[in-house]
Amino acid sequence: MRVAVIRFPGSNCDLDMMAALRMIKGVEPDLVWHEDVSLGREDYGAVILPGGFAFADRLRAGAIAANSPAMATVKRLADRGLPVLGVCNGFQILVESGLLPGALLRNSTLKFVCKWTHVRVENTRTPFTSGLREGQVLSMPIAHGEGRFFLPHAELAQLERDGLVAFRYCDASGRPTLSSNPTGTLHNIAGVCNKAGNVVGLMPHPERAVEALLSPLGHPDGAVVLSSILVKSGGRRA
Amino acid sequence: MALFTTKGRTFEVSVVISNKPGVREPEGETILHDLVAKSGFKQVESIRAGKYLRVKVVAPDPASARKLVEKMCNELRIFNPAAHSCEVSIGRVPGQ
Repeated sequence: MRVAVIRFPGSNCDLDMMAALRMIKGVEPDLVWHEDVSLGREDYGAVILPGGFAFADRLRAGAIAANSPAMATVKRLADRGLPVLGVCNGFQILVESGLLPGALLRNSTLKFVCKWTHVRVENTRTPFTSGLREGQVLSMPIAHGEGRFFLPHAELAQLERDGLVAFRYCDASGRPTLSSNPTGTLHNIAGVCNKAGNVVGLMPHPERAVEALLSPLGHPDGAVVLSSILVKSGGRRA
Repeated sequence: MALFTTKGRTFEVSVVISNKPGVREPEGETILHDLVAKSGFKQVESIRAGKYLRVKVVAPDPASARKLVEKMCNELRIFNPAAHSCEVSIGRVPGQ
């Protein structure tokens, strides 16, 4: 499966994502500049928006990238059902482009939080979680200053009823506690998906959790997230 | 404030983007609790920080200038409607 990794000016996790995807047998990643019009013409099986600081987070994280040429194409492809994943700044771009609901506000501590977290898998019906078990606890790192997911109360309740929370911060045993919430994000939300399930955004970095040796618990959990894209396509998983 | 140019009049339009009521705004909370309240200004009840854009726009009249900037803010999602309010007004904010 060919996978496009979109590079914006200020992306800094694009090469990590490319390296992580190359480790998965059956995945061929392409690095695509955000102004490259070939994105819509190529036969990609998925699009990934990597982390970083697109356009230096000016105006608001993700707000300027959301209006870039690539995002017009990504919106069109997402409407057709193509799997789209946004990681960290990529999640912020998906939210600001309206492909995912809500807003990602400054962390409640006003601090940039860089640490390993536990996240619980809440929804396995997306192309990026289909290789996981519901309730499975993963270990992945976060590194961001604006990751406090927000939706007005009624819309948040609807999001929960619709089962659109994909990942939730939790403790090692899978409980979404106050102390395991690193940013003040509502309902411990670490990732969400759209109603169709093909667009997923999450703040933790799966591409930084693909080496067992470099993960605190010794599990390459990020590789399982990324290789999920091959499950529905009938390909091999890593 | 309006300046006459060959294309029409230039207006200054202020855009203030802030978190909606009910959405926590930690920067304003820090300014209030760790600076203002500790410095004796006990009468101050609330501070909300936000983002301020000063936009110069050529338009036939103030109402058109304001309408154009409102359209720009909505179409380009200058603010995120899930969490932010966006106030557009003609002229500089007093004191700026």
